[in-house]
Amino acid sequence: MRSWLSRVVFPALLAGVSAGALHAAEISVEAGVGAEERLVEALIMAQPGDTVSIGAGRFELTEGLSLDVDDVVVKGAGQDATVLSFKGQTGSGEGLLVTSDRVVLEDFAVEDSKGDGVKSKGSDQITFRNLRVEWTNGPDAKNGAYGVYPVSSKNVLVDGVTVKGAADAGIYVGQSENIVVRNSVAEYNVAGIEIENSFKADVYKNRATHNTGGILIFDLPNLPVQGGHDIRVFDNDVVDNDTPNFAPKGNMVAIVPKGMGIMVMANRNVHVFNNRLDGNGTAHVLIAAYPNDYDDDNYMFVPRGVFVHGNTYGEGGGEPDGEVGKTISDVSGTPVPDIVWDGVTRIPEYFSWTSAENRVYVDEAEGTTFVNLKMISQLMLPWGWWPDTDIAGYKGSLPEPAPVKLPQDSGA
Amino acid sequence: MATIPIQAAPSLDAILAQKPPKLLSEYGFFDDARSQKPATGVVPFRLNTPLFSDNAQKFRFAYLPEGKAARYDATEAFEFPVGAALIKTFAFPADYRKLEENLRLVETRVLLRQETGWQAWAYLWNDEQTDATLKIAGAKVEIATISADGSPLAFTYAVPNKNQCKGCHAFNGSIVPLGPKARNLNGDAVYDGVTENQLAHWTALKILTGAPAPEAAPEAPDWLDPSAPLDHRARAWLDVNCAHCHRREGPASNSGLFLTFGESVSVAYGVMKRPVAAGRGSGDRQFDIKPGDPDGSILLYRVESTEPGIMMPELGRHIADPDAAALLRQWIVEME
Repeated sequence: MRSWLSRVVFPALLAGVSAGALHAAEISVEAGVGAEERLVEALIMAQPGDTVSIGAGRFELTEGLSLDVDDVVVKGAGQDATVLSFKGQTGSGEGLLVTSDRVVLEDFAVEDSKGDGVKSKGSDQITFRNLRVEWTNGPDAKNGAYGVYPVSSKNVLVDGVTVKGAADAGIYVGQSENIVVRNSVAEYNVAGIEIENSFKADVYKNRATHNTGGILIFDLPNLPVQGGHDIRVFDNDVVDNDTPNFAPKGNMVAIVPKGMGIMVMANRNVHVFNNRLDGNGTAHVLIAAYPNDYDDDNYMFVPRGVFVHGNTYGEGGGEPDGEVGKTISDVSGTPVPDIVWDGVTRIPEYFSWTSAENRVYVDEAEGTTFVNLKMISQLMLPWGWWPDTDIAGYKGSLPEPAPVKLPQDSGA
Repeated sequence: MATIPIQAAPSLDAILAQKPPKLLSEYGFFDDARSQKPATGVVPFRLNTPLFSDNAQKFRFAYLPEGKAARYDATEAFEFPVGAALIKTFAFPADYRKLEENLRLVETRVLLRQETGWQAWAYLWNDEQTDATLKIAGAKVEIATISADGSPLAFTYAVPNKNQCKGCHAFNGSIVPLGPKARNLNGDAVYDGVTENQLAHWTALKILTGAPAPEAAPEAPDWLDPSAPLDHRARAWLDVNCAHCHRREGPASNSGLFLTFGESVSVAYGVMKRPVAAGRGSGDRQFDIKPGDPDGSILLYRVESTEPGIMMPELGRHIADPDAAALLRQWIVEME
């Protein structure tokens, strides 16, 4: 069986320079007869330091792939050249699952997996680079939930990936810490990019377009990791998110209205700046509380400390969609202002004040429109309630979190 | 010409070898592998509630090196010494109305306790049923049989690859055994015609230390036993079929759904819990378990499904288990 795998051992000198004590072999897997078994076996038998090189061509796979070896690079011949197709998949919950540390996945495509596309669970230093994850039939509730899916991971780098057709989020980072998502394209997903129940994330230079919602920063109850905080969303193009929501009901993103740009829900210390927002029919930016009932004493349901500044806003808010769009526009009118805050406040704070670090701040160019829907006022004091559209009243700032540095990205 | 010698006793060298033996016979676990007659020192056992694996019939064995014993644990799998092995053979009868006849052995999985921890390997039986060969990358096997109701049943069975073994047998990232837990072993088995409690039997054989009397040990019911409380039967089934992943230390920890037998927080075992990463597995339903409403409960949707990406468990099952679905349905119907 080993003869199927050609192992090219690098000269010891090179290995010593590049990877310290690790030996480094290259295991090549070419397309063709028996490719699935050879690929499965290569990923299982790889040793720390190895590179599994997947050749150009299509690989038709019937089971999910998995990697559980530390310090391995899995490399294809390009995100259009090496295609792992899971159209005929009969088992497993995802296309490729990584459960080890210091792993790099790059230059290949994962298509039509039955569940999620590429997942890492519990990985430290996991890199997704120049991957394409796609459901080739376009938006469909039967597609898998997440495209690129690091969860319960640490030091996560998503760089230059393209994700299309995910029935939940194209790029989804959950319950993780130290995260960079950059230079990536998310289109025709329900959510383009979603950072959920995670700490310390930089999301920048991405393009989120033709999703239902572009970029979501969420926190949910009843999960082992919650209380998401310290997130920077900047220099992204979040434009023309105009795909009707196709998420199966029951999933949180099923509430996201078509035409949502950037949505911040129940997170803490979130900075949204220098983004270009255009053509988002419901609202460019929405800051909101978690809307459902829940049973969790440790959960904070309102966003705390959100700073929105220096973004540019094009056309938008002209076609508020769904229940959320209606709730907003019933109060704000149409077109919906560029930035919407539901204004939900915890009851003690409603009767007193919200401390400076927990407030919502907006500092935008002249002409940017804003509304605080003051939703709790609507519930509690229907006779004395009105929305607040005075953007000047929210001017201020919050200290920005330090840039996220990752060990695999020549960071700390 | 001499016949190939069959090892009469288990080989510690094989169990501890860095590279796993290519053939199952090299371990010497069986006197007669075809009939699953174990070698001396290899102890068969059964579980009160077993994992459903496409209705495969299973033969389970534990081996402990001479003079060594597993250490009892009230909650988790027993702590086995280096050199121990757990062996499980999966077989399909030609006809489920005659379970004992024409049994086809498909695979034997071994868990080997080495110095560095547990290793898991699967061996695929040959057509002649004379031996089984190591399959690192897994295998697909066509099964054609007759169901208990007389209807033909054909499907593709999957022998797991090495990583898939860990897909279930992972506890905080390391491989652990799942079956030999006190609550699931605490029941009777027949040894050479004599019925005896397994915990007592293992203690008498000196392959288990620290176990209390069976009455003082936890006990999970047989999930098919109608005399046991419905809640216990359902929770025992979920414990064995789901909780290897769905527990705080397991591969599905991020779901926040924890189905171990001892989980006491109702939202943690799914009651009025919203899904987090279910995708189309939600089936358009809002909650994992909605008391009184099985058809509004995601848990039942996924247990009833056989579609990859929806069905649970996501490994090791290709056909439905209608009896289990009926039990869970009744449990949810009666839930307050």
